[in-house]
Amino acid sequence: MTNSWTDIRNTDLVVVMGGNAAEAHPCGFKWVTEAKAHRGAKLIVVDPRFTRTASVADFYAPIRQGTDIAFLLGVINHCIRNDRVQWEYTKAFTNASFIVKEGFGYSDGLFTGYDEEKRDYDRTNWDYEIGEDGFARVDPTLQHPRCVWNLLKQHVAVYTPEMVQRICGTPQDKFLRVAQMISECSTPTRTMTSMYALGWTQHSHGSQNIRAMAMLQLILGNIGVRGGGMNALRGHSNIQGLTDLGLMSHLLTGYLNMPTEQEVDYATYMQSRQFRPLRPGQTSYWQNYSKFFVSLQKAMWGDAARAENDWCYDYISKLDVPSYDILRMFELMNQGRVNGYICQGFNPLMAFPDRGKCTAALSKLKFLVTMDPLETETARFWENHGEFNDVNPASIRTEVIQLPTTCFAEDEGSLTNSGRWLQWFWPAATPPGEARKDIWIMSQIFLRMRELYRKEGGAFPDPILNLSWNYHDPNEPEAEELAKEINGRALVDLTDPADPSRVLVPAGKQVVNFSQLRDDGSTMCGCWIYSGCFNEAGNNMARRGTEDPDGTGAYLNWTFAWPLNRRTLYNRASADLQGKPWDPSRKLLEWNGTQWTGYDVPDIGPTSRPDQVMPFIMNQEGSARLFSRGMMRDGPFPAHMEPFESPVPNVLNPRMRGNPVARIFQSDVPRFGNSEEFPFAATTYRLTEHFHYWTKHNKVNAALQPEFFVEISHELAAMRGITGGGWVRVWSKRGSVKAKAVVTRRIQPLNCDGGRVVHVVGIPIHWGFTGAAKKGHSANTLSPFVGDANIETPGFKAFLVNIEPTTPPGVVS
Amino acid sequence: MNIELSRRGLLKVAGAGVAATSVTAMGFGEAEAAVIAHVRPLKLVNTTETRNTCTYCSVACGVILYSRGDVRKGEHAELLHVEGDADHPTNLGTLCPKGAALRDFVRSETRLSFPKIRRPGSDRFEQVSWDVALDRIARLMKDDRDANFIARNQAGTAVNRWTTTGMLAASATTNETAWTTFKVAKTLGIAGFDNQARV
Repeated sequence: MTNSWTDIRNTDLVVVMGGNAAEAHPCGFKWVTEAKAHRGAKLIVVDPRFTRTASVADFYAPIRQGTDIAFLLGVINHCIRNDRVQWEYTKAFTNASFIVKEGFGYSDGLFTGYDEEKRDYDRTNWDYEIGEDGFARVDPTLQHPRCVWNLLKQHVAVYTPEMVQRICGTPQDKFLRVAQMISECSTPTRTMTSMYALGWTQHSHGSQNIRAMAMLQLILGNIGVRGGGMNALRGHSNIQGLTDLGLMSHLLTGYLNMPTEQEVDYATYMQSRQFRPLRPGQTSYWQNYSKFFVSLQKAMWGDAARAENDWCYDYISKLDVPSYDILRMFELMNQGRVNGYICQGFNPLMAFPDRGKCTAALSKLKFLVTMDPLETETARFWENHGEFNDVNPASIRTEVIQLPTTCFAEDEGSLTNSGRWLQWFWPAATPPGEARKDIWIMSQIFLRMRELYRKEGGAFPDPILNLSWNYHDPNEPEAEELAKEINGRALVDLTDPADPSRVLVPAGKQVVNFSQLRDDGSTMCGCWIYSGCFNEAGNNMARRGTEDPDGTGAYLNWTFAWPLNRRTLYNRASADLQGKPWDPSRKLLEWNGTQWTGYDVPDIGPTSRPDQVMPFIMNQEGSARLFSRGMMRDGPFPAHMEPFESPVPNVLNPRMRGNPVARIFQSDVPRFGNSEEFPFAATTYRLTEHFHYWTKHNKVNAALQPEFFVEISHELAAMRGITGGGWVRVWSKRGSVKAKAVVTRRIQPLNCDGGRVVHVVGIPIHWGFTGAAKKGHSANTLSPFVGDANIETPGFKAFLVNIEPTTPPGVVS
Repeated sequence: MNIELSRRGLLKVAGAGVAATSVTAMGFGEAEAAVIAHVRPLKLVNTTETRNTCTYCSVACGVILYSRGDVRKGEHAELLHVEGDADHPTNLGTLCPKGAALRDFVRSETRLSFPKIRRPGSDRFEQVSWDVALDRIARLMKDDRDANFIARNQAGTAVNRWTTTGMLAASATTNETAWTTFKVAKTLGIAGFDNQARV
């Protein structure tokens, strides 16, 4: 989230698209209710299903799953054509005026530089013209034919209301109503918030769904303001934290990157990370990259990390592929190229696509280790459960070691919520039996391996032997010690560069925040964006002040938000070029002539002049990107792409299947279906009573929604002879499931291109073969093994199935 | 800082006191003991209250956990009840159908209590000690790492990659657990290392 849950109270319009907050985030959704009741805010829901959120919306429009980009570009087109643009914001705070290189273009659904063989673009021309002064060339009048604004205008022109209806199946009048309501938020005194979740991310073009809305929010002037922003609702309680801390195959902590093989040494790695400003006087905060990187290396390897050895740069793996993401790992596993796998609190047999492939892959492992408080399907993937897990244990040679862990009630530490608040919590219960904390288990694995390397030697033991592990009890580091390491401290006296006799931070003391980090080895810090969470003032994540001056929803004394306790990202954009709030009734910050003051921690240098330093300080441009240069694999602008399994061809280019640059493994090619064999558009989701596969273990939640079902329209039921409450078989190219049919008006057939009627099949997730709930088939049996082109998040939201009436599970027809 | 009594807790204890005092004040003498003996005390009287955060979604609602026993004093503590934290700015005391049933998650019959091993081809788990499980894991991991670690690529660049063992990290664990897990996994050179954010 750029903003926070409590900030939603400040909005005028909530757009829920790609999510279902009332169902999946009920207690956060109350802030929508609050805005409706007290500000007269409106709620729009755009979704293939009439969801629980839709049931309390002011306006609902249906959409075919996987076509959100066409819809959103349609809204942008509407705003441009009707002059509903926050012009001052757009001109000053976005790259609308930047001039793009000659040779960039777009036709037939593809950008310039496409190589069909490689399934990749040559992105050389997707960039700005650079002047002789080394800065990007701009045309503030927006007259230049190749300035970003004119290219955008041209790019979205095709997405007329007629085209939106053809692609999305949204009736034109409904689309126009939504577009009109959104476009009203282009005035400086109306804001809109976007609340989205996996309904946007789980597509082969998921990142571009989000970009499309971010661009719309920018031209409406809704980023950085109260009640605005791009708000990813997110899933698990600490999914934000694990991303921030870099527990990803392509990341280090704080969004530093894992190096590639081409970056042969530290100097080469840093060469492409200079982040020189692209416009005069801009901040380009990533210029501090080396301070954060060196401080991380010092946190990892202490005294072993020195300037002479490139700060142990070689200790970090170098990638030969963009990432060893989960899809690549399960593909390699299925090829017999992975021997061991550790699942800490993760149930991939249920959570990854194409379950048949997952079972085959896990069966080829030599060993599998699971760490979980609960009995997961993954830990028992080798066990026969009839048609719910039809395997032969004798033929599966995988050794499985199942380790019992504590759960939240028995643990202590911090969790980062979707609003970036790091909230500390305390233990309340004794763990069952011999269950242990994950910290103890990870420490034990590490200490035992280190001991083996000390005794036996082995492959490159240096990073293992030198890993910094100075804890009060090395067997089980305490949460507070670890949090202090994440915050960082001075390793020697840090003196003021202007006055070396003045000590800013004495050796051994915590740094106040990341502004004190250095790249000469004098500081250590586990995760720079978290720095400030536990400094000499104490554990800031445990603060419980509930003051909220002017009712902004910022709660600056409640726990700690990254970065620097800032509650709304890009908040300098809430004020104009003179530093006055766009909307005085919704002030966040104000320039008092010498510095920024207000209700939030300024997201800009405190004395950076409003007419000179632009708000998007993490970008080299200083402004936000409507045109993302070559930074995304599938285009500098979003463009309509169909799902790989789509009921209709791509209107813009019927030859194009799915995302033209998404990675497809050869072994999966025969596992994709087409619309002749599988005519219906399926989507998956979860119910408010359930949390993924966990609540199966909980009698109350299992009883509230006891049985696996699928949702279909009355029209589809009639077409296939299906009765409500009867059993149906739903199958895709990859597998088959049995479920009870719920025949409902919440799902309606959609009329798409050329009068084609698209029927939607809704498939909730939850069921498996362990826990207190009735056994059931799992939705991932059906979904395809393909990920987003930029980040490889698997697509669970749009694929093809067929459906027919059948007999109950266990009954042979 | 966590053991401060919440507003609600203060009222509750005060209420119990008022009831007991009024019985005495009305002069029933011995009858008082008899009444108290068969009146079931409020479930939450004399429980330990702990601030915690709901483990499910990333709204991160504040919860108050009520236990019999105080785990921070080294006592055995059993979770009795969960309710929303009225002082928490986001949820203001409310909980959803999942959060309201958190106790049943913690005390689920399918909570795991002991390390177990399933041998190749077997149709069951066997309970083992932590030492047996952890030594076995360390051995399996080290043997695989030593056999398959890629120290240098063909160009001679140090790449230090271990691709034959992968790991998924848990995004319902704490940041402090995550940092520990990060340190261990990245130090070993595990390339296939992701968490639920990928999905």
